[in-house]
Amino acid sequence: MPRPESSERYWRTNIRLITAGLLLGFVATFGLPFFARDLSWRFIGWPFGFWVTAQGALLIYLLIVSGYAWIMNRLDDRLPGADGNPRA
Amino acid sequence: MSSDSQAGYGRRLNRVYLGYVACFALFVLLLSGLERLGLSREAIGLIFLLATVLLYAGIGIVSRTIDPAEYFVAGRRVPAIYNGMATAADWMSAASFIGLAGTLYLQGFNGLAFVLGWTGGYCLVALLLAPYLRRFGGFTISDFLGERYGGHWPRLLGVFATLLCSFTYVVAQLFGVGLIASHLTGIAFELGVFLGLGGMLICSFLGGMRAVTWTQVTQYLVMLVAFLLPVAWLSVKQTGSPLPQLTYSQQLERVSAREQELVRDQRELDVMALYRHQAEVLQAKLENPAAALAQDRDRAQEWLDDLRRLSAPPEDIAAAERALYHLPRDEAGARRIWGRELEEAEAKRLPLGGMLPHAQAYAGDPDGDKQQRLEFQSSRNNFLALMFCLMVGTASLPHVLVRFYTVPSVRQARNSVAWTLLFVALVYLTAPALALLVKHEIMTGLVGSHIDLLPSWVASWSRVDPGLISVRDINSDGLLQFNELTLGGDMIMLASAEIAGLPFVVSGLVAAGALAAALSTADGLLLTMANAVSHDLYFKTVEPGASSARHVMLTKVVLLVMALIAAYIAASKPSNILFLVSTAFSLAASAFFPALVLGIFWKRTTGAAAVAGMVAGLGLTIYYVVTHQPWLRALFALEGKAELWWGIEPISAGVFGVPLGFLVILVVSWLTPPPPPQAQALVERLRRPA
Repeated sequence: MPRPESSERYWRTNIRLITAGLLLGFVATFGLPFFARDLSWRFIGWPFGFWVTAQGALLIYLLIVSGYAWIMNRLDDRLPGADGNPRA
Repeated sequence: MSSDSQAGYGRRLNRVYLGYVACFALFVLLLSGLERLGLSREAIGLIFLLATVLLYAGIGIVSRTIDPAEYFVAGRRVPAIYNGMATAADWMSAASFIGLAGTLYLQGFNGLAFVLGWTGGYCLVALLLAPYLRRFGGFTISDFLGERYGGHWPRLLGVFATLLCSFTYVVAQLFGVGLIASHLTGIAFELGVFLGLGGMLICSFLGGMRAVTWTQVTQYLVMLVAFLLPVAWLSVKQTGSPLPQLTYSQQLERVSAREQELVRDQRELDVMALYRHQAEVLQAKLENPAAALAQDRDRAQEWLDDLRRLSAPPEDIAAAERALYHLPRDEAGARRIWGRELEEAEAKRLPLGGMLPHAQAYAGDPDGDKQQRLEFQSSRNNFLALMFCLMVGTASLPHVLVRFYTVPSVRQARNSVAWTLLFVALVYLTAPALALLVKHEIMTGLVGSHIDLLPSWVASWSRVDPGLISVRDINSDGLLQFNELTLGGDMIMLASAEIAGLPFVVSGLVAAGALAAALSTADGLLLTMANAVSHDLYFKTVEPGASSARHVMLTKVVLLVMALIAAYIAASKPSNILFLVSTAFSLAASAFFPALVLGIFWKRTTGAAAVAGMVAGLGLTIYYVVTHQPWLRALFALEGKAELWWGIEPISAGVFGVPLGFLVILVVSWLTPPPPPQAQALVERLRRPA
């Protein structure tokens, strides 16, 4: 059983990570496509606006989801008393 | 289970699925050998259909169970990577597999809203829902609502919303199964529906979530191969690279240049002028359909009489008789048929058949006149709104969320979302490439060739269904112009193998992949609905003390009844079903998302507020859809035409429902006394480190 303050810190870190992930996701999903018509410079052979909507945003999503899982799982490892969770 | 035996379980699974992939490859090679020896297309189709349906049924028989933990959540020991594959299959429906590439072909950039919305939703699942739902460890999504908020109402509302968004979805999947089966083998549509249903039922009826999970993994592998193979081949043919995702930028450039040529091409302009004339004639006819129909009939009769009087050759007389016979029967029929023809002519009088240039983001022009600026803004707003609804809807569909109950731990739930997104992205990164490669093939290969010398797949698919592809030489120059070709979206994927010049066996594989996509989604949906009814409605509400054997038995009965009702409706070929499916995302989003997220992240959320928020959000979404969708307006006998709110199409109704849901929950929570200690303790438990 982790001490209350460490568990509180864990939750605060979690909330910060979630906020960062959501912000990044928001920019990739709504921010960049909003200006897609203006993002017309070339990017590795593509019009940037098209590339970011067809591929770039997906890669950012993958980064968010796997990065979050990696960081949180390591955080769980470091906390005392953290082994597998009860199976219902 | 200890982590050692979990690892052993994982290794055993790896061996089983490696063996399966090898057998599957052998099976396809064997069939392609038989095709060379002269096996007919129908036979290949039938073998594919039966083999896959039998495979899925076989997995059901092997994994049959009556243990509730196995039946509802596969014993909670599915490794993250396998749950990722199963979720990807559960998630990708017939619409993703067949429809997405078609939408991207027809809408170009604007179709990318589906790609982004349907993948971005997994960020919300990963960050806001999956770890906490796994930590909660229930059986259904309404289970969470019931435990967190207390009382029967949140749970019952959850059941209602689950049924509302899952049922139309399952009907659409079965409809897809019927279509694919009848295309593939030529058997009757209804027979196809019930054949697919049979395989599916044996699976989910006997083995519940356990069988469905392992079947979905199998189905994902079929889908992936079936999707990537024709695209890779087409790409090698056009660009020399087997990885079109990396290289289709050159094709984008070529297609854009070709589009500019086609817009200026004299023959295309002639075709457009002919369609403009046709549209004007039809418009005039539709102003007074009864009189126009009477006139048409008189003329056709006169022509027939003249031919008979002059004893014209019998085939001319027969043609005139046919023309008379094919006139609309009555005024309503004339309105319908001419309306459809007018719609087609209105599109074909425009450059590129009314399609936007592929690389152009949004319709209209931000620097143009007022009308064009408005069109641009409305197009962009709808793009963003649709993306929002698809994202939030993805994160709220009960049949996807329950999959995260089946992994062994919270950490595996997090990993599993990442695997799911990777497996989904493999297909979604490829679909835009397929759309573009096919467009290139059609614009440079097909357009301009002689009408009599078109490749054989054009005629063979046109025979299956003229809505998929049809050609009409309206300017009679013997050559195909782009605007003379009508292409249905589904065609892009279904015919991709033939367009790439691959043998028919690959077309069979593609159809088997589409079948897998439809069946896996239908399996997951049916099980979710049956669990909602038997677990939440009966076990938790009506008879809480029922034994576990009775619990599972009841679920099986409900499953059977639901499946039969869905199949019966699908077999009657309902029109407009596709529209209902696309609104399922808005419905799920506004019903579940605010209540789930606030229930986890805000301790102060009260039960009364959750109920009020769900009712308000779902109510507003349903209201907007019903009052703004012409077909539903007619169904509910509403007069006139409603003004769209900020120009948002009814498919994105969730863009109003979700914020309202959040707002109502926030306000009502402040107005009601804080939730009881056990609800707060539950939230505390969800938040503790794993």
